Amino acid sequence: MKITKTLAMSAVVAASFAFGGMANAADSSKPIKIPTHNWSSQVVMAYVIGGMFESMGGTVEYVPADSQAVYEAIRLGDVTISHEVWQSTFGASFYNAMDKGGVIDAGTHEAATLEEMGVPKYVIDMDLCPGLPNWEALKDCPEVFATADSDGKGRWLEGPQSWHGDLMPERLEGLGIADKYTVKFAGSADAIWAELESAKKEKRGIITFNWTPNFTDADGFVFIEFPEFTPGCRKADGGDGSCGSPKGWMKKAANYQFPKTHPAAYKAFTKTSFTTTQIGQMAALVDIDKMSHEDAAKKWLADNEAVWKPFTE
Amino acid sequence: MGDTAAGVNLVERIKRSKLLQLFLLICAFLILYFTITPSENNYLWRLPSLFAIVPIKLNETVNYLMFDWFPIDIWNADIEDYEESALLKEITRSFSRAVLFFIELIREILLGGKKTIVAFTSWDFVSENEWAVWPALPWTVVAASAVVLGYALKGKWLALFVAFATGYIAVFGQWEPAMETLSFVLVAAPISVILGLLFGIWAFKSKRVEAILMPLLNIAQTMPHFSYLVPVTVLFGVGDHAGAIATVIFATPPMIRLTLLGLKAVPPEVGEAGMMNGCTKTQLMFKVLVPSARQNILVGVNQVIMQCLAMAVIASFIGAKGLGYNLLLSLNQLRIGQALELGICIVLIAVVLDKLSLAWAKKQIDYFADQSFAQRHKYGLIVFGILIGGCVLAFIGTYLFQGGINYFYLIPHNKGITTEPFWQAGVDWMVDNWYAQLQGFNRGLIINVLVPMKNAYLGMPVAATFLLTMGIGFIVGGLRSALIVGGFILFIALTEWWDRALITAYMATFAVIVSMILGTIVGVVCAQSTNSSKFILVVCDTLQTFPSFIYLIPVIMLFGVTDTSVLIAVIVYATIPAIRYTVEGLRNVPQALLDAGNMSGVTRLQRLRTIEFPLALPHFMLGINQVVVFALFMIIIGAMIGTEDLGQYILKALSDKNGIGNGLMLGLCVAFIGLAVDHVISTWAKQRRAMLGLE
Repeated sequence: MKITKTLAMSAVVAASFAFGGMANAADSSKPIKIPTHNWSSQVVMAYVIGGMFESMGGTVEYVPADSQAVYEAIRLGDVTISHEVWQSTFGASFYNAMDKGGVIDAGTHEAATLEEMGVPKYVIDMDLCPGLPNWEALKDCPEVFATADSDGKGRWLEGPQSWHGDLMPERLEGLGIADKYTVKFAGSADAIWAELESAKKEKRGIITFNWTPNFTDADGFVFIEFPEFTPGCRKADGGDGSCGSPKGWMKKAANYQFPKTHPAAYKAFTKTSFTTTQIGQMAALVDIDKMSHEDAAKKWLADNEAVWKPFTE
Repeated sequence: MGDTAAGVNLVERIKRSKLLQLFLLICAFLILYFTITPSENNYLWRLPSLFAIVPIKLNETVNYLMFDWFPIDIWNADIEDYEESALLKEITRSFSRAVLFFIELIREILLGGKKTIVAFTSWDFVSENEWAVWPALPWTVVAASAVVLGYALKGKWLALFVAFATGYIAVFGQWEPAMETLSFVLVAAPISVILGLLFGIWAFKSKRVEAILMPLLNIAQTMPHFSYLVPVTVLFGVGDHAGAIATVIFATPPMIRLTLLGLKAVPPEVGEAGMMNGCTKTQLMFKVLVPSARQNILVGVNQVIMQCLAMAVIASFIGAKGLGYNLLLSLNQLRIGQALELGICIVLIAVVLDKLSLAWAKKQIDYFADQSFAQRHKYGLIVFGILIGGCVLAFIGTYLFQGGINYFYLIPHNKGITTEPFWQAGVDWMVDNWYAQLQGFNRGLIINVLVPMKNAYLGMPVAATFLLTMGIGFIVGGLRSALIVGGFILFIALTEWWDRALITAYMATFAVIVSMILGTIVGVVCAQSTNSSKFILVVCDTLQTFPSFIYLIPVIMLFGVTDTSVLIAVIVYATIPAIRYTVEGLRNVPQALLDAGNMSGVTRLQRLRTIEFPLALPHFMLGINQVVVFALFMIIIGAMIGTEDLGQYILKALSDKNGIGNGLMLGLCVAFIGLAVDHVISTWAKQRRAMLGLE
């Protein structure tokens, strides 16, 4: 162990002497570390972006990481980038890490995201609650969305409380339907998918937090139309909370050294911008066509050269 | 006069009867419960959260030590500049690199790659030289060598089992993730064993070390693994090495404990015999004492291996590649069939490693056999033959499967056969047929039992909680126990998470009661014959390593995001130790006592009731300890379904600003609930065993 370490150390020292003099804009040959989380579009996009870097001659390494803990890892350089920073879910972690230093904002995807409460499409098609997706319709059919533990009220299945705190309970209050609906916080995205899947089998009414672009787009998911978001309408910002979610951004984050170590790759990364449709395609290859993530990325890269080639130039 | 006599009499009776004491305690508890008014300013209702500052301070300290203390300049060749770093960070990161080097080394022997070559050269060298890639061992070679190893160590049954396990992993297309998992287990497990042995020996030699180590071990074994993930990532980074380090933290404590236990159990005569033969201290320890304590130490090794694979999924939260990560991915896609196949791979690796290591440890060297070179190196030669054969086969494969996948070399992930449609159909069928029926049960349970129970716990004034827990401590173990239990509870009461802890306690109580009932019934039935006992113990071993994450999705599909789902998942998991301890307890009742009972003409039921149960009771009670720990762990994982308890906050700590401090404090809260229960039960079981003459 001692010997190998000494060897490794001397190799590193030798390497830094040998290549230290080559001061030019070429990218380092050290791998760019791309995190993979546990949802399809993110993993496929990791391989897509990795494929882009590789086409430019870079080396890439994929690191499984928790989607919240990853920003701390980027900050410390254990992971180089994150390519799906969702505003409402990861905004807090992202900016927390940025406050501590070490994380930079590497631009925004074209895809506008929406993170909002909604219902599966069959709820509308079967007219389980007439008048949806207008939120006013909710007043007349809480029983459609009642569950075993909701005490006769309709249940809103919200994401974990760490995502948006008490935003949804406050919205119920603000809209004046808190006596008819109650919020249940799921512990993870998986819990929401499992509930949606189970409800789909029985064609049960269900209101859940969801987002687009997402794999649920393929089955059809309709977001409820709440009163429009205006700055300051939320309770935390002094409003009464009776407004829907704004269209959100999806950013890219990088370690602060990335522009220096891999200038070309960094440039490509900042130019990289995917649309809602493209992200949906990536997810669908895995979720609908049941391809493996790597194969899905390869197929997407092969089919969409016109989209990604310009980013790398 | 008569009144005083009666009074003295009553005091005497209370002193003697623990049951009466308990009754009085509960009366006092109820009085407090109903008289104390709920109000924020009433310290009898809730204590002020004085410890709220601790996580923040803890965080600041760690951040200071890691990133600011002792700044040093490091030359960074990539950005051509000196960078300020901190000493401690550089130290922990070098340690990480060393661990990662070994993981990569093993991984690349199994799967091929470049990083080991990079470690001795550089990334530039590797990217400039196409040939600088280490080739993978063909899977046929690894599998066949493992089979030969099994045969060499134990014989044909183990060989057959290894063949089945490797065959399963390869055929189901999980070879790559399985080898990734194996490579970090093969680093984490030996480190855990060695650390465990060293600390165990050290504690054996020094009473003081033992006294310091014991409480730390208690905490390490009851603290939920999620709570130290953030500290590990801050100290060591994200990646396979972080996964391995978290695994070592989790797997070492039982090894230390069992080493110490084993060494203490060695009869003094053995040590004296060693000394008379003129052993040096080192010889005495490693040639005499450790081998004599082999039985317990081997149980420790078994535990280490089981714990390592039980961590496979959780380690993937902080960057470990392999089966665990793929399992989380397939659960996110609700592909339960695939998750199940992955889970079985994890169990198979655990069992294979366990059996091989046991067989290796039990193998005696035959010093007197007079063998030729070929005889002595028979297996080595066979493995060499396999290596050549496998490589040739892989080479032929490149022609046979032209352009496609070379199935003789590496089977890529998920390109094998799968039974997924079958399981998926099973789950669909279950939801289609059971969902409606179960809703009545679900609603009834939630409305009639769970909600009232939760409210009762939350309505408990803190003074009443202290009275009850410390009172039970006092009745069982006197003033000392009362103070210990009170200390644990006080810690939790002073944090800002007291209400969360009450919810955790409510879920744990419910789950433990149900698990104990189920476990005792199954255990008693299975303990009736030797074969069924053996069988159920194997089942328990298997389920213990089977990743409990898999239970989460089906229960949500049937019971929704409710406490019912969480509790059912917890009960499934916590019943395992309940069964195990019941079976062990009943099977370990001394045969002589059973015979005595039989001769007195007891019926089967009488014997169970009057002899076996009372004698096995102390062991059952120790089982409760395990059930409580298992239940707490699973409640924390159950936070992924959706709870409002400590677990939810531990998950949240992964993204918190004060993640390190919050995670650790919350982890301690959970650990202290477990330890308070543990203290009461172990004290009771010890007294009871002494009373029954079992010690």
